[in-house]
Amino acid sequence: MDDQDIIREFLIESNESLARLDREMVALEKSPQDPQLLAGIFRTIHTIKGTCGFLGFASLEAVTHLAENILSQLRDRKRELTPELVTLVLEAADVVKTILLSIEANGNEGSQTYDGLRKRLEAACSHTTAAVPSGDLPAASPDPEKAAGQKGPSVTDSTIRVDVVLLDKLMNLVGELVLARNQILQFTAHQEDATLNATSQRLNLITTELQEGIMKTRMQPIGVVWNKLPRLVRDLATSFAKQINLEMEGADTELDKTIIEAIKDPLTHIVRNCCDHGIERPEVRVRNGKPPYGKLTMRAFHEGGQVNIEIADDGAGIDVQVLKSNAVQKGLVRLEQAERLTDREALALIFLPGFSTAAKITSVSGRGVGMDVVKTNIEKIGGVVELVSRLGEGTTLKLKIPLTLAIIPGLVVTLIEKRSAPRSMTGIGDRYVIPQVSLLELIRLEGDSGKRQIERIHDAPFYRRRGSLLPLVYLTDVLQLAGTGESSVVNIVVLQAEDRQFGLIVDGIGDTQEIVVKPLGKQLKGLKCYAGATIMGDGRVALILDVAGVAQLSGVVRESRGKSTVEDRRQDYSANERQTFLLFRAGSFERLAVPLSLVARLEEISLSKMEHAGGRRVVQYRGRILPLASLAPILDPGAADTAGLLDPAQVVVFNNGERSIGILVDQILDIVEDQVTVRRAAARQGLLGSAVVGKKVTDLLDLHAVIQAADEGWFGSVDTQRAGNATVMIAEASPFVRGLVRNSLEMAGYHVVEAADTQAALRELERRKIDVVLAGLDLPADGSGRDLLEEMRRLPGLAHVPTLALIDNAEQAHAQRERPRGFADYQLKFDREAMLISLARLANAVGTPGALAPSKEKV
Amino acid sequence: MNAMQSSIGTTAEAPRTREYATFFVDGLFFGIDVLEVQEVLRYQEMTMVPLAPAVIQGLINLRGQIVTAVDMRGRLKLRARPNGQTPMNAVVRSKEGGAVSLLVDEIGDVVEVDSGMFEPVPDNVDPAARDLLQGVYKLKDRLLLVLDTERTIDIASGPRPEP
Repeated sequence: MDDQDIIREFLIESNESLARLDREMVALEKSPQDPQLLAGIFRTIHTIKGTCGFLGFASLEAVTHLAENILSQLRDRKRELTPELVTLVLEAADVVKTILLSIEANGNEGSQTYDGLRKRLEAACSHTTAAVPSGDLPAASPDPEKAAGQKGPSVTDSTIRVDVVLLDKLMNLVGELVLARNQILQFTAHQEDATLNATSQRLNLITTELQEGIMKTRMQPIGVVWNKLPRLVRDLATSFAKQINLEMEGADTELDKTIIEAIKDPLTHIVRNCCDHGIERPEVRVRNGKPPYGKLTMRAFHEGGQVNIEIADDGAGIDVQVLKSNAVQKGLVRLEQAERLTDREALALIFLPGFSTAAKITSVSGRGVGMDVVKTNIEKIGGVVELVSRLGEGTTLKLKIPLTLAIIPGLVVTLIEKRSAPRSMTGIGDRYVIPQVSLLELIRLEGDSGKRQIERIHDAPFYRRRGSLLPLVYLTDVLQLAGTGESSVVNIVVLQAEDRQFGLIVDGIGDTQEIVVKPLGKQLKGLKCYAGATIMGDGRVALILDVAGVAQLSGVVRESRGKSTVEDRRQDYSANERQTFLLFRAGSFERLAVPLSLVARLEEISLSKMEHAGGRRVVQYRGRILPLASLAPILDPGAADTAGLLDPAQVVVFNNGERSIGILVDQILDIVEDQVTVRRAAARQGLLGSAVVGKKVTDLLDLHAVIQAADEGWFGSVDTQRAGNATVMIAEASPFVRGLVRNSLEMAGYHVVEAADTQAALRELERRKIDVVLAGLDLPADGSGRDLLEEMRRLPGLAHVPTLALIDNAEQAHAQRERPRGFADYQLKFDREAMLISLARLANAVGTPGALAPSKEKV
Repeated sequence: MNAMQSSIGTTAEAPRTREYATFFVDGLFFGIDVLEVQEVLRYQEMTMVPLAPAVIQGLINLRGQIVTAVDMRGRLKLRARPNGQTPMNAVVRSKEGGAVSLLVDEIGDVVEVDSGMFEPVPDNVDPAARDLLQGVYKLKDRLLLVLDTERTIDIASGPRPEP
């Protein structure tokens, strides 16, 4: 056996021993008295020392000799094991590994003599230093992979490290695959071949799953960024002599890694701002009646395909006047302009470059480069930033970021442009894509009657959609293209831009497709109306509209005083007896209706997403748990649950304050607006009766009974429901509303009396003791034109009876605020819980005249 | 092609040459360093971008890559292309990783020139073009105008003026 072989053997054996040594030293630290461990470690070092002396490796021998001395002392119990000692020995082991690597690579020990380490080992041996100084690390650290690999499995690892660059590459490839899949689908749609179709379907399914899987690989919980914040807030609070409590909600909300990278800095900056400028010093807070410690709340949640991050403080808020004057001073805006700004617009000044109102520039913030960078960074990843503030109360920053950047569902729309040569570029019907996430609804107006539904106010087109006015915008106008002129059909795409809604008019509406978003080049990035471009199934490029950008460009989202006065002039709300209903089918009930205003959302939920909890089906929905219940078995116990078998399930989601419930139906039929007269009283629990809705006989759902049956505890505290023996009168023209409200109240224990007009109401008031009156706003008067309230005030004994106005919507609430008619309070007709709370309050206060003041808290 | 020169008396210093991809725009002869050119190809169908600066004629699908097409006639403030004449594409790599296609009249050959022959832009070149040129080469029968790629594709769509 020649030298090479011997050395090779030596290296193999030594490396194995050293791997064991690492484990054993760590184990030793945990149980320092273990004699077996000590003996084993000693033996390891001793063996290495012996062989390397024999082979002539002097440095190695020196280091191992010293280490062996220490270990011998430990073994003989001549000294105690300390963490510093462990570190020193491990350091020596690392050095040994390094030297071995050098021997393996070059055949010699390398040039380092490790004097520092040797001195320290000597010192440790002879106890000449009290503390072991931390050492100089070996110049070449031992191969981490080897070291790690031989440490042995200390933790069962079911994860694996992957280079982010590789993940990006995979994402791109998946994006290309999605495009190719789209092309194939488009092609095979026109083919008859069964095998081809089946294979394309398989390809489709696999691609979708692959896409979802790949996107998941890049998802990380936002907690990863938030982890650093508690320490940061603590440090900032200390340096500013403030007391700040940090609350974080939704740390497990997941985001794509690139998004996390992009928001790290903005979030940090925002938090710094809150601590620096937002939250006041304890003395100031106490002086203003606030608790001395400030609260900084961070919330993250998913909503509508976007991640929402809210950072709220209960600090000083932003003084809009100071803001304006600072902006003028800095030359960012002219004085006249500043004066004309609304509060909302003024707050937006904060995002201008060069802006900072900090009295002095601290090292933390105040350099005026912060908020505009935050805004740019967030917008770069397709998000929006919103600032809301109330002076003295606090400030909230809301970030809304799209969940995934690359692949989104989009609606294809087309424009037919009247073209003058020579731009003969694309063919007829230019296509644009609208991100589905912003899409609310599609409305189609046909013919002349359709045209008439577009109303013009001050020359701007509007459409009345479920009671409120929707501003309309022609896409051809936004893009400054010449439209082809009149067409018989008007297609309105209802879009949501931040917190405003508007309708975009296009010529044609195409499919919804999954598209791969490709960024536009630098030359086109400045165009706010585009979010990117994509390649359609036929290989041609289509532009993706940026809904917020389009809204801004067209002027619909500008804060304008004009809008509210316009709405005030619409008189139609109060006289409306027409209701909008959602029609659906469940079990053997072919046609059921429920007021649309009660419906929160319509969803399709796949069975695979449903879970079981507490004996019922639930699904994770928008960050919460949504309980599910099928309607048919509730209405008809023992009926087959056909809705529960559908995949995806058709779910109607109802909200009640904080809580929601999803009701499974067999099929959503339609949404119609109609005037309803209850023809036949209900024969069963869960129905209010039947009526003609949309020209057909329809069963009216008693929503509250259904929900009660579905979930006992759904309606909240028992207190609101304790009514004693109070009698409530409902004076309301619509029998449907009367029935609904009556039902709710009777279930809560009230005794209910109905009246359809003023005369009937007054009769009832005379006939019996009524504790509270619920009155619709447009109660038909009797022949003499008397108003119920006035009459009640006039008649002895009735003046003190509290009254609740039943209203339809927020606009009416606003009107009530402006011109109070003497009601003690007002309630949305269908907000059962709030109604019960108000009633409880009013009924209990009866008998103490003057105790009632119009409630300040509003819908 | 030029004959290569060697300086007499100095140690052998190989004369350096550079290669340029060339093209014609309204009779003028332009060149871009070959290393900056991704490819050249015939006319591709474009998607128009409303509201974009007029010089951006549209977007092209290049094997899955979306490329902005810049009309060189407009960029150099030359006469508009006559009706019916379709441009060709000279696709250049942009600094930030994407690609931009320059719409030109005709693609020329790859030309090798002696870098020693490089000269600054002469005065009689139109100021609009001048900004985009790095310099010129006086070739045997014509002038090769060397384009500065970065400046050529630096077109801002810019923030719109406040209404």
